[in-house]
Amino acid sequence: MPFWTFFGLQKGKATTPWPRRDQATGQEGVFGMPRFEPERCAPECSECAAICPTTAITVQPGRNGKDRLAVDYGRCVVCQLCVEACPADAAHASFDWAFGVRDRTQLILSDDVAAIDESPKERQSQDGFRRSLHIRHVDAGSCNGCESELQALNNPFYNLHRLGIFFTPSPRFADLLLVTGPVTYAMHEPLRRAYEAMPAPRWVMAVGTCAVSGGVAGGGYACGNGLEGVLPVDVYLPGCPPNPAAIIEALLMFLGRIPQKVKGGRVVS
Amino acid sequence: MTALAESALTAVETIPIEPENLPAAVGELLRGGGRMQMAYAWYSAPGRPELRYIGSRGQKEDFFMWRCVPRGGAVPSVTPISPLLGWYEREIADLFGIEFLGHPEPKRLVLHEGVRSIAPPFDPAYPIDTPLPFEPAESGLPEIEGPDVQRLPFGPVRADVVESVELIFLYVGERILHFHPQLFFKHRGMEKRFEGRSLAHCALLAERVSGVGSFAHALAFCQAVEQAAGLTVPPRARMLRSLLAELERLYNHLHYFGHLAHTTTLKVGEAEGKLLEERAKQINGRLAGSRFLRGLLIPGGLRRDLDPTPWLSGELERMREEIAVYLAMLENTNSHLDRLMTTGILAHEVAFDQGATGPIQRASGFDRDLRRDHPYAAYGELPLVVPVMTAGDAHARAQVRAAEVDASVALIQRILLLLKDGPVRVECSPPAYSEGLGWAESPRGSLFYAVHIAADGTPSRVKIKSPSFSNWRVFPFTVHDTNMMDYAINEASFGLTVAGCDR
Repeated sequence: MPFWTFFGLQKGKATTPWPRRDQATGQEGVFGMPRFEPERCAPECSECAAICPTTAITVQPGRNGKDRLAVDYGRCVVCQLCVEACPADAAHASFDWAFGVRDRTQLILSDDVAAIDESPKERQSQDGFRRSLHIRHVDAGSCNGCESELQALNNPFYNLHRLGIFFTPSPRFADLLLVTGPVTYAMHEPLRRAYEAMPAPRWVMAVGTCAVSGGVAGGGYACGNGLEGVLPVDVYLPGCPPNPAAIIEALLMFLGRIPQKVKGGRVVS
Repeated sequence: MTALAESALTAVETIPIEPENLPAAVGELLRGGGRMQMAYAWYSAPGRPELRYIGSRGQKEDFFMWRCVPRGGAVPSVTPISPLLGWYEREIADLFGIEFLGHPEPKRLVLHEGVRSIAPPFDPAYPIDTPLPFEPAESGLPEIEGPDVQRLPFGPVRADVVESVELIFLYVGERILHFHPQLFFKHRGMEKRFEGRSLAHCALLAERVSGVGSFAHALAFCQAVEQAAGLTVPPRARMLRSLLAELERLYNHLHYFGHLAHTTTLKVGEAEGKLLEERAKQINGRLAGSRFLRGLLIPGGLRRDLDPTPWLSGELERMREEIAVYLAMLENTNSHLDRLMTTGILAHEVAFDQGATGPIQRASGFDRDLRRDHPYAAYGELPLVVPVMTAGDAHARAQVRAAEVDASVALIQRILLLLKDGPVRVECSPPAYSEGLGWAESPRGSLFYAVHIAADGTPSRVKIKSPSFSNWRVFPFTVHDTNMMDYAINEASFGLTVAGCDR
């Protein structure tokens, strides 16, 4: 149908220049992980911990005997209940969704970012894959939210191909196994087989809070707690679901093309 | 508020029935022009399972429920009379251990073959939060006779970024003899996760049952709880709920056209559909802080007010024009239409018997839509267009959705004109031992939540009936005796999700 060709030409380029230049990510107004200022916490208050649906927030005894807020963003489902519950203005909604990290501990809120060691994994580079990365996706029991955003990566707005990153049908051609979902009992074996079918070097990325820690579905009679204890994970990206720009940032970070934004649970750059 | 809008909040009538009277009662209902909707089980007291059968006596008649206590752990199966109940009965057998005497397919459904559990997972004897013991095993398929018949198992890990399901084809050459979708790889036991959780947490769980139906799921859950509490949410909340539900339909249907064009290899058509979907999702993000409209619903209304004026109306009007051009171009593309027409025909009778829902049944000649027939949110006050086609093929399914896109945008614009200031939330605490049934016409069809409240005000049982559970049961009837080349197009024309079905 020739009119489709004209239509396409007439429409022009729909793809965002981001992240090459400081351009629109397409995520205007989309909430990310909540920010915390524990120094503002009211004494003896644990409202946010009580309302958190995934125990991402807990109150733990600190070094000086005072209770202190502990936040594990790897468990956060971005529900904003803590922001609504906080009586002391210590929890704020934010647009910090670019939460991809190499080391699980970087998702845990820490008071002292400077003291955090860069893990050895962080210096390891994926040279040779920087502009040609092939991904095999496995849905290990997601709600389809993560799949919807992964499918969006190849729409004209994000156009993942332009960055030299491709989805491949066969694990035999894949460098990176991208896993979503809390890993159900029935998907455990197919997931393990897909990983074993991949040639070395091979890496694993946990996309979405379910794959990182189980999320709201984890546990129970049918689910595991994400990839914990199932496969070795090289990149963690919590979010419920992570938006397409967050997935792209995590992939580019993994390839060493942009720096990791999150250290000690805080956005540093 | 009109009387229609309130009807969703009146309690559902429950009628006790003896197990032996079930088949006759179902037969009588069907002969009288009624319809069975679904069935589920729950424990009315420890060790006392009770079955619920939901139906309606006519199109706009209120839903009713039969309650039935099995005798000696068994009841007669009504599947031979109302085939759409076949999957519900098998699910109850898997999860509650109740036997359905005379079931035509007495096989596992929700739990895979190879699960070796001491008790069914919903039985109080099942140890809480213990993973099911499982050894993968073959699922029962028809015996293959002829030497030329081949078996193609495809999945559960399939090509492309798709959900996990194993598609098994028995075929000769191009011809599919038999098709079996092995679902429930993604069964997460979501219904069990609701038990004992606060209502705010349950709303979050409902949003995460099916990601692309987040809003409809949470809405049906909230309405079930509100019915149990016997309360009406404020007018502004009802209007905003309808607005958000239509925004969900919009991005889902746009995705549908992009994906359908992908299967007919219409590249620019695919790109345009997916770009329009992206724009609809970006509107969601800007309006609600979530591209999937999550984090807004709570029993009693909305968690926070939204300000969709003045920008949303202009944005949608620009999109409406582009969508109209796009859909008209698809309808003028012969190569696209050639692949859709006569593909995957779903006969009117099969659609009724097997329980097709949403755009699928409307494309096979059924004029049914929960928004109009059983109004909820603000739909009782809004003019609603329900497109119906009769061909029952992939093209009819696409035409129904195309008309629904147009109707959704018109509905949103109407809501924006009618929207008045006011509160968006009232306190909602359902009394102990109350129950409610909530529903929504999600983009894929009818969605039901049945909620039973325990003494402490939290749910003791939540049953979820997603539209894809109904439509996956119907889908194979359009695949048997067709050819391989049509399969992907037919599947795309159904627009199924696996997460909602598997739960």
